[in-house]
Amino acid sequence: MGRFKQQILTEALEIVKLYPEAKSATIPLCHLAQSVDGYLTKDAIDHIAELTGTTPAEVYGTASFYDMIQLHPVGRYVIGVCTNIACMLQGGYELLEEAEGTFGAAVGETSPDGLFTVEEVECLATCDRAPCLHVNYRYFGPLNAEGVAKLKEDLIGGQLESKVPVHGVLSRVKRQTPELIPMDEVDNLRASEDASKAERTSAQGGSNA
Amino acid sequence: MPSHMGKIVLGRRSLENSHELDTYLNSGGYEGLRKALSMNPEDVVAQVIESNILGRGGAGFEAGRKWSMLKKATRRYLVINGDESEPATFKDHFLIENDPNQLVEGTIIAAYAIGASRAFIFLRGEFALGLERVQEAINSAYKIGALGRNIFGSTFSLDVVLHPGAGAYICGEETALLESLEGKRGFPRIKPPYFPAVIGLYGEPTIVNNVETVSNLPWIVTNGGGAFRALGEGRSTGTRIFALSGQVKNPGLYELEMVKTTFRDLIFSEELGGGLRDGRTLKAVIPGGVSAPWIAPEQIDLALGQDEVAKAGSMLGSGSIIVMDDSTCMVRAAWRISRFFMRESCGQCTPCREGSSWIEKVMARIEAGAGREEDLDLLMDLCDNIVPGVSWPPAQTTICVLGPSIPSSVAVGIRMFRDEFLTHIKEGGCPFD
Repeated sequence: MGRFKQQILTEALEIVKLYPEAKSATIPLCHLAQSVDGYLTKDAIDHIAELTGTTPAEVYGTASFYDMIQLHPVGRYVIGVCTNIACMLQGGYELLEEAEGTFGAAVGETSPDGLFTVEEVECLATCDRAPCLHVNYRYFGPLNAEGVAKLKEDLIGGQLESKVPVHGVLSRVKRQTPELIPMDEVDNLRASEDASKAERTSAQGGSNA
Repeated sequence: MPSHMGKIVLGRRSLENSHELDTYLNSGGYEGLRKALSMNPEDVVAQVIESNILGRGGAGFEAGRKWSMLKKATRRYLVINGDESEPATFKDHFLIENDPNQLVEGTIIAAYAIGASRAFIFLRGEFALGLERVQEAINSAYKIGALGRNIFGSTFSLDVVLHPGAGAYICGEETALLESLEGKRGFPRIKPPYFPAVIGLYGEPTIVNNVETVSNLPWIVTNGGGAFRALGEGRSTGTRIFALSGQVKNPGLYELEMVKTTFRDLIFSEELGGGLRDGRTLKAVIPGGVSAPWIAPEQIDLALGQDEVAKAGSMLGSGSIIVMDDSTCMVRAAWRISRFFMRESCGQCTPCREGSSWIEKVMARIEAGAGREEDLDLLMDLCDNIVPGVSWPPAQTTICVLGPSIPSSVAVGIRMFRDEFLTHIKEGGCPFD
């Protein structure tokens, strides 16, 4: 593990090509690394630095800012329980307590069997289904104690395999499009469009936006 | 039924598989783009100016005017802000998952209008299903010729790139979003320049538009800016999605004509919020996101319009409305909001980083029953250090508006519910526990 293996490496190189500056690919590549290991390994940091033309320190500096980038190993399923205001009003803290008990892990910890990591998270923008939680960023709610128990049962039993992939919010995001138009070509197109626009506005004698 | 309820931006809500291309094409999809391409870009801009649509992200700036501020340069970018993280705001999340083709079409129209070199759709990383669906919508657009070279046979060519965030509220602030898109920590940029329209992504002029704003563009172009402007009142034109949550019978999204509905209608009308749970009475409403000062029960006849709410001393912001009934402890509510700001402060500016953390600590001890009477003055002093005079709209002591957003819930909580704070202190605990 660690460095990107062939299939993931191909995907990584495609992602880098989407940006005028390679450093922009840092966060997408962190997500990609997490789809393999669940967290960002030291080797992955080094490899991302190579791919984006930066340094491991820069990659770590960026990665450590963001809640979704894990810098330590996590369970097979990361459970994020929302306790922000809309969920709190509907029992978000009670749900968090229930989740800790049911999944066998306190906030920030992983269950002894390595299956579940429990986190307390901020608003998930699913407030009409409060109180809610996510499992590897797939949303469930509103949930009560029975709901949480059923969720655990279904996760272990494999009933949710199609809904909840194992890590990586990009694991099912596949860009299938032609190669991007080179920026030089776009620059020429825009320059000539701007010239015709200038002609039109001067012909009108106005100062149209 | 309020007029135009759910008719424009949520128009496909009742359709099955509304996220699929076939559904989209069978319900008027891509007609707006075809019409836009038959017009000159400046005429598309003129229609959007005519519509007077106010940006739906929270600040409420006229979208057409924002476009007009774009500095002249050969290379310029369009970035769609889909980093919806304002607590209790969940409208963009819905649009992203359920009508991603509309978002992509709106993005292409905006890019055509401003002549963007490339467009990026920045989605909150947590929106895993949304990322899948928007990427599918982008793939579909290329397949039908709505993206790539010579769109629909015209001379206009464009690429759209989907970009995932990674969990940071601050990235909704447009300059932090651009930093994040450049692969850096989400630190808001020092102003001036005040607008990315001057210096934005990679140092080039950039327009940042919200998901709901651009999702309205296909309708505006198809029906004309005037048709949009005919709805609503004053500066608040068209319809807008209101996200209703908290202790109300029917939480959910309601697309309503601006200004024509009041908070009372939204919360209590049978076909909208449906009122409070049985036996409960209204205690307070948080409009427009957790930065907004709370509204008291006697103020709820206020109209849902940008200037109307501003005049009453609060803000419509992101269009989210949180309902709190008499079972809610207001100290706990204000504490949880302060905790949110403490966790999400990026840490660049001292008033925000230190202020949010101290306010949270003092709020937590009051809620836990360990508060002192002088804590109320201490809290107001901390608020004053972040926002001099604890004014509204807040004075600015920090690089971005996250800092000045911190005091409002605490200050308004103390002002409206001082007795409740004092009860916690005198009784040594939370009376709602």
